[in-house]
Amino acid sequence: MTLDAKIPEGKLEDKWKNYQATSNLINPANRKKLNIIVVGSGLAGAGAAATLAELGYNVQCFCYQDSARRAHSVAAQGGINAAKNYQHDGDSVWRMFYDTLKGGDFRSREANTYRLAELSAPLIDHFVQQGVPFAREYGGVLENRSFGGVQVKRTFYARGQTGQQLVLAAYSQLSKMIRAKKVEMLARHEVLDIVLIEGKAKGVIARDLATGEIKRFVADAVVLATGGYSRVFRLSTLAVGCNGSAIWKAHKKGAYFAAPSFTQIHPTALPQTSKAQSKLTLMSESLRNDGRIWVPKRKDDGRKAKDIPEEERDYYLERRYPSFGNLAPRDIASRAAKERIDAGHGVGQLKNAVYLDFKHAIERLGKDTIEERYGNLFNMYEKITGIDAYHEPMTISPAAHFSMGGLWVDYELMTSIPGLYAIGECNYSDHGANRLGANSLLQTSIDGYFILPNTINNYLAGELGAKHPGADHPEFMKVESEVRDLIKKILEVYGHRTVDDFHRELGKVMWHECAMSRNKAGLEKAIVQIKNIKTEFWKNVKVTGQANEMNTELEKALRLADFIELAILMCTDALQRDESCGAHFREEYQTNEGEALRNDDDFAYVSVWEYNKGDFKLHKEFLEFEYVQPTVRSYK
Amino acid sequence: MNVIFKIWRQEHAAVEGYFKTYEVDGLTEDMSFLEALDHLNETLVLINEKVIAFESDCREGICGQCGVFINGRAHGPHQHITTCQLHMRSFKDGDTIVVEPWRAEAFPIVKDLVVDRSAFDRIIQQGAYITAKTGTAPEAYAIPISKEISERAMDVAACIGCGACVAACKNASAALFTSAKINHLNQLPQGRPEEHSRLLDMVAQMELENFGSCTFTAACEVECPAEISINSIAEMNARYIKAKLFG
Repeated sequence: MTLDAKIPEGKLEDKWKNYQATSNLINPANRKKLNIIVVGSGLAGAGAAATLAELGYNVQCFCYQDSARRAHSVAAQGGINAAKNYQHDGDSVWRMFYDTLKGGDFRSREANTYRLAELSAPLIDHFVQQGVPFAREYGGVLENRSFGGVQVKRTFYARGQTGQQLVLAAYSQLSKMIRAKKVEMLARHEVLDIVLIEGKAKGVIARDLATGEIKRFVADAVVLATGGYSRVFRLSTLAVGCNGSAIWKAHKKGAYFAAPSFTQIHPTALPQTSKAQSKLTLMSESLRNDGRIWVPKRKDDGRKAKDIPEEERDYYLERRYPSFGNLAPRDIASRAAKERIDAGHGVGQLKNAVYLDFKHAIERLGKDTIEERYGNLFNMYEKITGIDAYHEPMTISPAAHFSMGGLWVDYELMTSIPGLYAIGECNYSDHGANRLGANSLLQTSIDGYFILPNTINNYLAGELGAKHPGADHPEFMKVESEVRDLIKKILEVYGHRTVDDFHRELGKVMWHECAMSRNKAGLEKAIVQIKNIKTEFWKNVKVTGQANEMNTELEKALRLADFIELAILMCTDALQRDESCGAHFREEYQTNEGEALRNDDDFAYVSVWEYNKGDFKLHKEFLEFEYVQPTVRSYK
Repeated sequence: MNVIFKIWRQEHAAVEGYFKTYEVDGLTEDMSFLEALDHLNETLVLINEKVIAFESDCREGICGQCGVFINGRAHGPHQHITTCQLHMRSFKDGDTIVVEPWRAEAFPIVKDLVVDRSAFDRIIQQGAYITAKTGTAPEAYAIPISKEISERAMDVAACIGCGACVAACKNASAALFTSAKINHLNQLPQGRPEEHSRLLDMVAQMELENFGSCTFTAACEVECPAEISINSIAEMNARYIKAKLFG
């Protein structure tokens, strides 16, 4: 199969309009004959489910949580970008497009990235209409702040809970369509496999997590909106239930996986304090608007922060990147922190952190202003650490966060399986090798609200006359029995090690070899180690309880089994890409100053992997830059 | 550190539950309360027992999925936090810690510490939205909203839907939850066109779900992780009278 991204004709700024003008439509009377499955209820999933239902399709929406409102979009703190230029500071769709493309180190498609910027302004209109209480100025107009990797203020926010407010708006709209009986919500249901008939996605097999019942669901198209997979590292900023199972099952059924190793390490999370830790809490990047990051100049300095005089502090981001300073993009800020920590300047209990200091901001703006801007983040920090950050600096540390990689999709957000779509964080589309702050809520919302509802019709129009298989089709029976067999197999191992124990082992390998910096020998070793973990897992994992009941241990085991396989692909991908770009930093390829050394001659393509009986075959989608000349990505 | 957990075990809604005692060692003060339960569950697996079912997801206090009664208080001994934000340093070595699910008729037990809070979803479905389709929005600046109104809306929109208000209330009332959503939408200009029907439908659903009545004990506001004030209930009641008179 050849990779056709289906980029529309025309100038960059006309492509989306041209697409909409020429794609197939479905008349309202026919839409109600079509059924769509949406897996996930975050901003992408709930936005898509509600909008598709408003258009007249019948939608079934799944989430593994007890309510759609809990999807992990809820945890995004800082904000959502839009090229409104409300601040009159020189912003435009073009500049936002350029910032995003550059932020991703020129590893995404121009047409997709442009569309992201183009649709950002109407998205803010949409959320305001839905009642999102965005921050306002006294005159009643919307307020903005700045995020990493840009020099304008284009980020809209609702205190430190922007993701929560947006996902609650999406959940509201979803609730409206549930009441209208156009959406059937299946909470506490986890999709365990995709069903293809004659090569097209026609449904899913899901497990009712409350009862353990395995069920078949039939549809005319399946949309995956399952979020990111950085929980492969175990310790990450993600919710403990976040997983890559649905996209991994889709991959094994033939959906190509793009740039799996492009995962973002966030520079400002709370440091790990114990081995038993289950997750790392993110502190919003917005804090870097006013907080200054530093470490002691002296190695292994044992003094308290307040005892270290100003001239003995190293504000290393301001020193290395004077024009962006503390707002350097995430990949760069994380690597710079790692460099200082590795060089012996780390602070905190385990010497694995750096300071984020608000002293100067409080002196300049007053405590009240800082409290108004970040009050809930300071509260959260105090709840978790017991430390009052108004009086002493926060300690922060890099943590696994976002996955830029995901299922390969074309311009229509369709995977390489006809009728199977991937939207939001689970696809690889707009962010390239590194995502800019506040572009995540943007991309996931735009995919769900604006793009998919305008592209899925192009496919579904061809399905109207097609045969509609029932849930008793042999293929449904076959996939269902495969799912049952897998569950049986995992329960029958009944070895000596817990699921979490395996997950900690996997996370450790991935964090050491496939996170902030990577090298050939380490990755080769990691692949061997992960294969051993896989063998050992299937010999020695222990899950108690039954298949036909609520069994949280079984849920974790099924997710981990998929993470282990995905981890092998991530390392394979990182090993194949002999260059550094964005979040993918190969130690062999760096400048004298320790910056990423990109190789456009040999690697100006997206690595797209095909599953091949336990092995992976590489395809290349070459990126053509027609409007922007890729440059060295400098934030100095 | 070592503690003694007394934890509610119940196979499913149709059978009786009971407290079971677990002596747990190997904990540290830095562990969160849920990590201590994770730790206990791992030891249970290794001695061939079923794990204790409990819910959590984001583990940073925003998704609202976690929530248990700890020593007689919703989300444990501190005010305004979620269970996942509670740390073992809040307990002493050797403490006995009693852990129960939310108790309310409207929240039936699913298993062990897990309850069914779908009643909240059904209240939201009765009008906690603005009836406007995707793609129909006017320019955002067409609706100026004063900072004061916007902040007040945000104060109540912050609700995480965890159910602690219901669990803490002796009447198992959902008034704080319901009022928070109503006051979020009804004070914004976008929410005005449907203000009365929204309020009346949501309150009616709240009563259908068998939540108790509010008697203003303010137990809810003490526990609410989003620090929503009981004033929100008073405001809902005022709006209710207005809706009945003019709706």
